[in-house]
Amino acid sequence: MKLNISQEQANACRQIAKEVALEIQRDIAPLSTVSVERAILRLLGIEGEKEKIPYVNILVDNLKEQKALEEGVLYWIANACLNTGLSPQDVALKVVSGSLNPVHLSRKSFQEVKNKAEELATESLSRLYKKKKAREALKQSFPPSLPPLLYVIVATGNIYDDIAQAKTAAEQGADCVAVIRSTAQSLLDYVPEGITTEGFGGTFATQANYRLMRQALDEVAQKVSRYIYQVNYCSGLCMAEIAVLAILEGLDIMVNDAFYGILFRDLNMYRTMVDQHFSRYLLGLFDVIITTGEDNLIKTVDAFKEYSIVLVSQFINEQLAQQAGMKKDLIGLGHAAELDPKIPDSLLWELTQAQLVRQLFPRSPVKFMPPTRYKTGNIFFAHVLDALFNLVAVWTDQRIVLLGMPTEALHTPYVQDRFLSLESALHIRNASRSFSRELQFIRNGQADKRACELLTQAVETLMKIREVGIWNALSRGVFSQIKREKRGGRGYEGVFKKGKFYLNPFLDKKIVMQARRRAV
Amino acid sequence: MNIGEVRPYGDRMNDGAIQISFSLPVPVSARSIEAVKLIAARMGMNNIRLVHAQDMGNNFSFYILYGAINISVDLQAIHVPEVELQLFDFWEINDLIRREFKRKVVVIGATIGADAHTVGLDAIISAKGFGGESGLERYPELEVFNLGAQVPPELVVEYSKKIHADVVLVSQVVTQRNVHLFNLSLLAELLEAEKLRDKLILICGGPYINAQVALETGFDAGFGPGTTPLQVASFIVHELMKRKMRKK
Repeated sequence: MKLNISQEQANACRQIAKEVALEIQRDIAPLSTVSVERAILRLLGIEGEKEKIPYVNILVDNLKEQKALEEGVLYWIANACLNTGLSPQDVALKVVSGSLNPVHLSRKSFQEVKNKAEELATESLSRLYKKKKAREALKQSFPPSLPPLLYVIVATGNIYDDIAQAKTAAEQGADCVAVIRSTAQSLLDYVPEGITTEGFGGTFATQANYRLMRQALDEVAQKVSRYIYQVNYCSGLCMAEIAVLAILEGLDIMVNDAFYGILFRDLNMYRTMVDQHFSRYLLGLFDVIITTGEDNLIKTVDAFKEYSIVLVSQFINEQLAQQAGMKKDLIGLGHAAELDPKIPDSLLWELTQAQLVRQLFPRSPVKFMPPTRYKTGNIFFAHVLDALFNLVAVWTDQRIVLLGMPTEALHTPYVQDRFLSLESALHIRNASRSFSRELQFIRNGQADKRACELLTQAVETLMKIREVGIWNALSRGVFSQIKREKRGGRGYEGVFKKGKFYLNPFLDKKIVMQARRRAV
Repeated sequence: MNIGEVRPYGDRMNDGAIQISFSLPVPVSARSIEAVKLIAARMGMNNIRLVHAQDMGNNFSFYILYGAINISVDLQAIHVPEVELQLFDFWEINDLIRREFKRKVVVIGATIGADAHTVGLDAIISAKGFGGESGLERYPELEVFNLGAQVPPELVVEYSKKIHADVVLVSQVVTQRNVHLFNLSLLAELLEAEKLRDKLILICGGPYINAQVALETGFDAGFGPGTTPLQVASFIVHELMKRKMRKK
């Protein structure tokens, strides 16, 4: 099944989006952030907390207070390792206890420090590559999953309850399980530690919680003879650090959007762009799929008239991810229809839009999001809306489908809500599996017209963004009428300009190759 | 129809028919099925028909049943207390503002004084919202300025003047030595001194905030924990309409 769209227009979108992404790239290249620096410390294996403050925060704050952060954490850690002969973790312990000030040690020659930093980075990466290989082997031991992957959410606030719900969902046929994070975790400028059993509307993302869920999903995978994908959120002020934790604990899919934090969480735009770049770079190295959040863009505007903003954001998200080194088959672009069910032919428009996204991004493991806006307490009608959504998803051959819940508008899902939802999706996946190969749009019919119109609008908006510049576009409300100031929003104080001795060998291709070879 | 004796209706008057569904944390078995019927019976159901029982995996099971209950209510005897705040939905709020005021309503949000807690403020204001509801930023007809944390009351006053605010939302979490009461009263007084008080809707919120606190400090409303953006937005619209009526 194909829509008859203009390839030139699609190419134009890609080309303009690339220029926009390059503008972003140019402006963030001289910058780093406290979150990126903490991610580097976590890559070096530094972990632990003192009085609820993670070591990585204490270290970065310490350097910042001494006005020494411009050189980056790795410079100081490598220099300290050279001076003391200690490991990064032991250096961290000493700094935290106050018995060592990294800035007061004698400064070795830059070449020496650089060599040490590269050695540390190589060791760290090769450790992670070994883990990745083990996970790949596990994944390979299962038969490939049926498309589309069925994705459900658990959100109890207690990781142990989440595990019970997740295992049940896997037994009911789910392929991917996402644990919703506690409300406003994205606004915390640190990653909480330890196993948590209290959350608000979700469960805290911590390394310990990731590990518990990973074990549980690997266990249930054996039982159901299907690999179960673990999903979490790589967003907010700790985007880069969360990426490291995800890699360490073997997560498969991370929700990660270049614009979401800026628009919907009021995070500073420079902070977010720097963080998303490093997080995507790392996730890309270790083949973690990212999914973007374009569904949010049409939740409060007229979803029919303004749909093309979804495409605009997808094109830019794709380019930004590619510039961070990600392969196309890891860039899961998000979308939803959220159309008013009362619009005549709403199902046709939903089908058209879903097919358009699929056709514009054929290699992307696109993630299709369910209707939420027009769901009410009428759980029976909500179930009908979800069934139609599932049909569209299978028909247009989406890759990852987040299942809607009959009780979407009411509460976080009960066990039977998820069961009914999966039962419906499994039925529809089976009943309409060949639709995409057997059925065809009429050439130049309503669907083709709608698709062309949307693509034309996307080109226009992208041109407008290119003309005013992305930073101005964000402050003028081009994205769903939300306006953000360049220096406004949270986390701007955590952005800094890199100094002349700044080091980040994790970005060095040579080091990556070396680490990869060493892991064999 | 006798409204003195109303019963659930399936297909015949007064049949008392109801349907329920629920899960049990055990697999389906002869015993679990009996257990489900027992639960229904204890709920007061009779003519219980268990129409569906299914395993859901991981030792959970799902049941659907029909039955009848012998309960009737007298509609005349029911007195519903006056609903204090009639909730609008997202679309109604925007439509009302568009129709009645023909301009965007300007809202300022801030946590004032030394208070650095913004979770509550963000739940109400930031686009992401709270409890599945969009925050005020997402309402196309509200123009929202989030001043963030630790804003001095003087600055709130200055800013409201500058942008011609219609609504000021203040969050207070810290209540040590009643510092919240002090901060809130101070803001209300400063606005009064600047002759802005009557032009504004003043709203406070926080874990220890309620209507009483609002009254004491000279605010128009005080919202406690669990308040959703929709409640705040509904209040704003009600209050604006009330004031418009008064002017007429």
